[in-house]
Amino acid sequence: MSNQFWMIWPDNVMASALILFVIAMPFLYAARKLVHDLFRSLGQVVGGPLRLGARWLFATARDMKERNRTVLLAHGREEVGQHIEREFERIGAMVTRDLEGYPALQRKLLEEITRVEEDYKKCGEVPPPPPDWVEAVSAIAKVKSEGNEMVQRILEEIKRSVESIHGKALAEYRRAYEARHKILNGFMPFWRSLDKTFGQVDKKLTGLQDTSAKIDAQMEKYEQINKKTDRAEHALTVSAFTQFAISLLVLLIAVGGALVNFKLIALPFSEMVGAGDYLTATLRMSDVAALVIIFLEATMGLFVMETLRITHLFPLIANMNERMRRRMLWVALVFLFVFAGIEAALALMRDMLAADKQALIQSLASGPQQAAPPDPLLRAIPTTAQMVLGFFLPFALAFVAVPLESFIYSLRTVGGAFLVMVIRIAGFILRVLGNLVRQLCRVLVTLYDVIIVLPLLIERVVKATRSGADDEARESRPVKRAA
Amino acid sequence: MNRGANMAKRLLLATLLGLSLSSCTDPRSHTQAVYMLIDTSGTYAQEVDKAQKIINYLLGTLQSGDSLAVARVRTRSFSEKDIIAKVTFDNRPSQANAQKRAFRDKIDAFVKSVSGSAYTDITGGLIQGGMFLKETGAGRKTILIFSDMQEELDKVTVRDFPIDLKDIRVVALNVVKLKTDNVDPRRYIGRLEAWQKRVEQAGASEWILINDIEHLDRMLQG
Repeated sequence: MSNQFWMIWPDNVMASALILFVIAMPFLYAARKLVHDLFRSLGQVVGGPLRLGARWLFATARDMKERNRTVLLAHGREEVGQHIEREFERIGAMVTRDLEGYPALQRKLLEEITRVEEDYKKCGEVPPPPPDWVEAVSAIAKVKSEGNEMVQRILEEIKRSVESIHGKALAEYRRAYEARHKILNGFMPFWRSLDKTFGQVDKKLTGLQDTSAKIDAQMEKYEQINKKTDRAEHALTVSAFTQFAISLLVLLIAVGGALVNFKLIALPFSEMVGAGDYLTATLRMSDVAALVIIFLEATMGLFVMETLRITHLFPLIANMNERMRRRMLWVALVFLFVFAGIEAALALMRDMLAADKQALIQSLASGPQQAAPPDPLLRAIPTTAQMVLGFFLPFALAFVAVPLESFIYSLRTVGGAFLVMVIRIAGFILRVLGNLVRQLCRVLVTLYDVIIVLPLLIERVVKATRSGADDEARESRPVKRAA
Repeated sequence: MNRGANMAKRLLLATLLGLSLSSCTDPRSHTQAVYMLIDTSGTYAQEVDKAQKIINYLLGTLQSGDSLAVARVRTRSFSEKDIIAKVTFDNRPSQANAQKRAFRDKIDAFVKSVSGSAYTDITGGLIQGGMFLKETGAGRKTILIFSDMQEELDKVTVRDFPIDLKDIRVVALNVVKLKTDNVDPRRYIGRLEAWQKRVEQAGASEWILINDIEHLDRMLQG
C-alpha cells in the first residue's frame, strides 16, 4: 500500500499518472527555461572537463611523440655515428696495414719492371749478319776448275773452310736463340709475380672501395637523421621494433636457461640455507638464495661484457681508464669462474640428494628388500651432464647482456610508441564521452519540450492570435489617421 | 680511480641490501605436524600393517621442518610412554632422509612386537596428541586416528570432560565396522557423529573420515 500513496485514483495507475501529469504540466511549462538552462549547464559541467581532458591528452600525446622522436633520432644518430666511426677505424687499419707496405711493394714492382725491360732489350739483340765474304765465296764458286787439280784442291779447301765456318755460324746462331729463349723463359716468374702483386693491389683497393661504399651509405643515413626526415624516423622505428622482438625472444630463451639453472641448484641450496625457512607464504629461502646466485652470475656476465666494451649499459665502466677496466674484467671473470665451480658442485650434490630421496621412497614403498642398483653408466651420464651444465650455464648466461642492452634501448621506443597510443585512445574516449554528454543534454532539452508539448501549442496559438491582432491594429491606424 | 671506488662502494651496498633482504623471513610457520594414534586394542591390533603403510606414506610425503609422532592407543593413553617414535625433520634434506630411515626402523620394530590391550583410551591419546602438536608450533596440525573409534575405558579412568583440540584437524582412518555395527548400522553412524561432535566442541578446525587410504594423499596436500 505504501507505494501507492501517489495514486489519486486508487488502483488505477494510468489514470493517476495522467492526472498527476496534467497537474504538473503548467509547472513544467513555467520551469521550462530553468530546466533548459539546467540541462545545458549539466552538459557544460560534465562535457567540458571531458573535452578539456581529451584535448590535454592529445597535446600530451603530441609532446610525447615529439620527445620520442627526438630520443629515437638521437639514439639513431649515436648508433650510426658509432658505426661510421668503426668503419673509419677499419679503413684506417686497412690503409695503415696496406700503405705501410706500399713503398716496398712499389720498389719491388719497379725492380721487376726494370728487369723485364732489360731482359726485353737483351731479347732484341739479333745474331750477327752473315759475313761479307759470302760474296767472295760466290765469286770463287763461279770459278771453273776444268780438271785443274790445284784449283780443285783450293776449292775443296775453301769448301771445307766454308763448311766449318758455316757450322760455327749456325752453332753461334743457335746458341744466341737458345740464350734469348732462356731469357724469355726467365720472364715467366716475373710476369707471374707482377700479376700477383697487381692482384693484391686490386683486392686491397676493392676492399677499400667496399668500405667506402658502406661509409657512404652510413653517411647518407646520418644525414637523413640529421635532417630529421620522416623516412629516417620510420626506418629507426622499424629497426627498434625488430630489435625489440629479437631481443625479447633471446631473453625468453635465456630465461629458460636460467630456470634450468635454478632447478639445478635450488635443492642443494636447501641443504645449505635450510628447507624450512620461507620468505613469503610460498617462496622458500633456499629458492631465493638460488635465484640470487643466478642473478649474481648474470650481473657478473654483464660486467664482463661491459668491461670488454661489447655492451654500453654503464657509462661509468665505459669511461674507466684501461688499467681499471682490465682489473674489473679479471675480477668479474674470477667471480664467474667461482660461481661456475660452485654450480658444478651443487649440481653433483643435487644428483646425490635426488638419488638418496629416491632410494628412501623406494625402501618405504617396497619394505626392507633392496632393489637392484642401477647401471653405473646410467647414473654417471646424467650426473656428468648436470655438472657440465652447472659449470657452463653461468658463462652462457653472461651473454644475456647483449640482448638485454638491445631490449632496454628498443623498449624506450616501443614503450614510448605504446604509451602514445594508449594516451591517444584515452583522449579519443574522453572526447567521445564529452560529445555524448553534450548531445544527451540537447536531447533532454528537446525531450522536455515534447513532454510539455500541450502548453507549448497553447503558447504558440496565443502568440499567433496576439500577433494577428497587432497586425490588424497596425493596418487600421493609417486608415484612422486618413479619416 | 674515484669512479671505480664509487662503483665498488655501490656494489658493496647492493650486496648488503641483498643480505639484509635474505634475513627478513616470513615469521609464520609453514611446517606441518602430524600425530598418529594407532589403536592396538583387541582385534584391531591386526590392522597394524595398514598403519605401517600409512606411516611410510607420511615419511615419504613430509618435508624438512615437519614433525611426525606415532603413538599407540592402549588402556590408558595419556602418557609420553605411549609415543612409539617422534621426530622433527632437519632443515637439511639429507639429514631429514636419515631421520626418516631411523623412524621407519623404529616403526618396523614396533609392528613386529605389537600386542593387544584390554581397553581403548582414544580420548587420552587425543589429549596427548593435542599437547604434542601445540608444542611443535607447526602451521598445520593434524591428528590421525587409526582406530575403529570404539572407546572402552576401565572403571577408574576418567575422560568425560571437555578437551582442547583448537586449530587441529582430526582425521579418523580405517574406521572398520564392528559386528554389532553390522547388526545395527545406526550404532556405527551414531558413534562417528558422537566423535565428530566431541572433536568439534574441543575446537578442532576440521573432522574428516577417511576409510580409503588413497584419499589421505589429497587431504595431506590440501
